[in-house]
Amino acid sequence: MQFGILVNEGPYSHQASDSAYLFARTALEKGYKVPRVFFYHDGVYNASRLATPPQDDRNVGARWSKLAADYGVDLVVCVAAAQRRGITDGVLGDNFRISGLGQLVEMGIQYDRLVTFGD
Amino acid sequence: MSDMDDMDDGSGIVKKFMFLNRKAPHGTVYALEGLEVVLITAAFDQDVSMVFTDDGVYQLLKGIDTKGIEVKDFSKTYRALDGYDIEKLYVDQASLDARGLAEDDLIVDVTVLSVDEMANLMAEQDVVISF
Amino acid sequence: MLHIVNKSATDRGSLESCLAMATKGSAVLLIEDAVYAATTGGAAAAKIQAAAADLKIYALGPDLAARGMAARVLDGVNVVDYAGFVDLVAEHKSCQSWL
Repeated sequence: MQFGILVNEGPYSHQASDSAYLFARTALEKGYKVPRVFFYHDGVYNASRLATPPQDDRNVGARWSKLAADYGVDLVVCVAAAQRRGITDGVLGDNFRISGLGQLVEMGIQYDRLVTFGD
Repeated sequence: MSDMDDMDDGSGIVKKFMFLNRKAPHGTVYALEGLEVVLITAAFDQDVSMVFTDDGVYQLLKGIDTKGIEVKDFSKTYRALDGYDIEKLYVDQASLDARGLAEDDLIVDVTVLSVDEMANLMAEQDVVISF
Repeated sequence: MLHIVNKSATDRGSLESCLAMATKGSAVLLIEDAVYAATTGGAAAAKIQAAAADLKIYALGPDLAARGMAARVLDGVNVVDYAGFVDLVAEHKSCQSWL
């Protein structure tokens, strides 16, 4: 079974990205497929490699990059939302890529489930 | 708004997509960016419904004038939806009543549903995207 | 359908809207700040207990624990962990988030 995940909020300000990450990781550990996670609205901020959170707390963006490295998850940042918020190719963390909203629609069409995490 | 990747994923699968709009316009970005997703979805030949409940009904009000707050007025885009074959717009009667609004106050033709009708519509969907 | 609510019932109307629209036999999962509604003494407690007659109500254990609420869960609410959350999504044909 393939799960798609939509993350509507940025790191730290809302729990959405944390909840989404834990859901994704658990699904993958249980043997489900999570082929893609789509970042929309302020969710695009998860992709910035410029974040330097305190050492004693989780690094939300880096955690997504590692999940992608470990499991091959495609981390897609919406181009329109990214442009509005100054998230460009030059600031992307590892394993994030910028693409169009069509990638989100495809998830809905092709996958078995699509879960939204937001505000 | 030209975000056009390959349109139509070529699979022939048609699912019931529902876009759930529950927030007022302008106080947050969800109304505007939510509309952008719907417009892209139009190119994929899916069975699309847009649902406006709770404060989402405010997105469709006539008489919006954003000049004083200097933000883009995207309200006309709702009228352009049927040009994209997005014709199923549903509004919840209870949400209108709770806000002192009537169908006549809205800028587009919608289908007004009772709570039970809305609940049944939601229950039949394959994919629900919430903003 | 699986309904997912993430905001506190005393902060936002999303839980109330969800309960009004969830059809009989659906599941409602409370995550993040919404878990407060599943606790004793809360303003939403009566509503949740009434809803449990027709709906299956779940609350995410890690979010309860993070908020010091693990010992105050209402009777009739099923506590699940993230594995249980994943199972709920898998078991229901579709899911809807009330943000």
